[in-house]
Amino acid sequence: MATNTNDDTIITTGVQQINTNERNRPDETVVEASDLDVYYGHDRAIDDVSIEIPEKKVTAIIGPSGCGKSTFLRCINRMNDQIDVARVEGDLYFHGKNVYDDDVDPVALRRKIGMVFQKPNPFPKSIYDNVAYGLRVQGKDDEVDLDEAVERALRGAALWDEVNAKLDASGLDLSGGQQQRLCIARAIAPDPEVILMDEPASALDPIATSKIEDLIADLTQDYTVVIVTHNMQQAARLSDKTAVFLTGGELVEFDDTTKIFENPNDQRVEDYITGKFG
Amino acid sequence: MRTETDSGPGITGGVARDDIESNRRIRRVLFGCASITVLTTLAIFFVLFDNAASYFFGARITEILTGASVEQLVTFTEFFTGTRWAPTHATPAHGALPIIFGTLAITVGAAFVSIPIGTATAIYLSEYASPEVRAKLKPTLEILAGIPTIVYGYFAIAFINPVILGPIASRLFGINIGRYSMLSGMLVVGIMTIPMVSSISEDAMSAVPDELRNGAYALGATKYDVSTRIVLPASISGVFASYILAVSRAIGETMAVTLAAGFNANITANPFDEVMTMTAYMVSQARGTSAVGTVEYQSLFAVGLLLFLMTLSMNLLNDRFKRRFQEEYR
Repeated sequence: MATNTNDDTIITTGVQQINTNERNRPDETVVEASDLDVYYGHDRAIDDVSIEIPEKKVTAIIGPSGCGKSTFLRCINRMNDQIDVARVEGDLYFHGKNVYDDDVDPVALRRKIGMVFQKPNPFPKSIYDNVAYGLRVQGKDDEVDLDEAVERALRGAALWDEVNAKLDASGLDLSGGQQQRLCIARAIAPDPEVILMDEPASALDPIATSKIEDLIADLTQDYTVVIVTHNMQQAARLSDKTAVFLTGGELVEFDDTTKIFENPNDQRVEDYITGKFG
Repeated sequence: MRTETDSGPGITGGVARDDIESNRRIRRVLFGCASITVLTTLAIFFVLFDNAASYFFGARITEILTGASVEQLVTFTEFFTGTRWAPTHATPAHGALPIIFGTLAITVGAAFVSIPIGTATAIYLSEYASPEVRAKLKPTLEILAGIPTIVYGYFAIAFINPVILGPIASRLFGINIGRYSMLSGMLVVGIMTIPMVSSISEDAMSAVPDELRNGAYALGATKYDVSTRIVLPASISGVFASYILAVSRAIGETMAVTLAAGFNANITANPFDEVMTMTAYMVSQARGTSAVGTVEYQSLFAVGLLLFLMTLSMNLLNDRFKRRFQEEYR
């Protein structure tokens, strides 16, 4: 629990410098990968990826199954640390600080970078406790009004009106779409800077999906969103920037979403988007 | 098991009939095997009740049903509240409280050892240990669980009591410890039941889906937060089930506790005193010559019945927790 006290000093040192120096740049980079490789044992899942993810935009990562999209996403908040055989080489910067440096505490990093998973995974606790969990483990429950923070997060996730009368009910009793919005509320409650989403709507029906998509568009007012998706229409609708990974963990093209979908440079990207491949 | 013989296009008679017959036979054999356990349980239950009845009322149930005279020899009030247990003494006393105390004291003391250490071990194995450490530690725990209880008993009598507790008792409290002590019984039964708590709790914790752990880690939770605030609450009914099993094992534990805690039925607050548990009383009678029909013979069944009811209620409690546990992950 020692991390409660020093999380800010580790991560935010770089933030101040970059914020002041590069404010004028149109797209400020929050997360930057440079020659990033990831191996699972001997298998290479990410092959020499370099990418700059802009602040307060939606960046979509698309590509066929097994191309390393999710692996890349999990590198950003070091969730790959949980996998014993995963090994990361190269650099990944968060506000200019390499998150794989020895002095970075992954716990502190994850307090800045929230995550929403493919399958809704509410804790077997009440709706309230689900949303409050992040604030509690981060020791912020003393600083903020917990009730207010929970309400704000639930409103932010467009779930408040549906659950405000039953905050004590179990998070597991909600429908799949509500559960996923609960997970989004849980992720935004501690107010991270970046939210990673790993196919957040793939387990949901079309109506629930469109609610999540509306929500993601709103989130960019406050957060940088990186979303992995199988659904190309979703990427086209939602994102400002699109990165296309292809089999072998290679980042083939990364550009404005309109450019990627209308006039990609790489023939393989065009084939993939038009459905000829993948 | 559909065994109807509707007429149909080539699916009746001949080979089909033989198959149906052999299916039935197999089913009967399997059912027979399964009934053995049920019949044994019923038989034990009956024998216990039958003999316990003659301890309390001077006549077996079968005799009472055929009109034998009933004379209450031992009142329930005396049995459950009397503080002197000496059914075989020249001036007999039938207060079972001392041996009930012995059993409960050992059980509670053992729980104070096995529950914290077992739970911590389970958390370590499930959340902290690297695969290599787990691969070594789990078999070691299973060895601990497989040691015969009599060996634990000698471990207590030869090591725990004289080497560990003896010096503590004499130096710190000025008490000369005997061959047996209540504390030694608590410790040895506690140690014996650690593997039970840790292995069942660890199973319950490992069954908690990784998605929940990842959800918590992604919120910036530490390993300790995840273990105590996610994994433990999510597996709590399984963990409780392990506690109940360990407690019910401690209640019924016989050889180790007999060798560790002794044969002197008394109610005491001094942990270095000798106490007798219900099981120890039964062992002490069984090794002697209690002729069938004597009061000491019948008292065995009265104590046995009480013991049986205590462990039975623990098992029923365990079943309830198990059901709740299964409901949690629909």
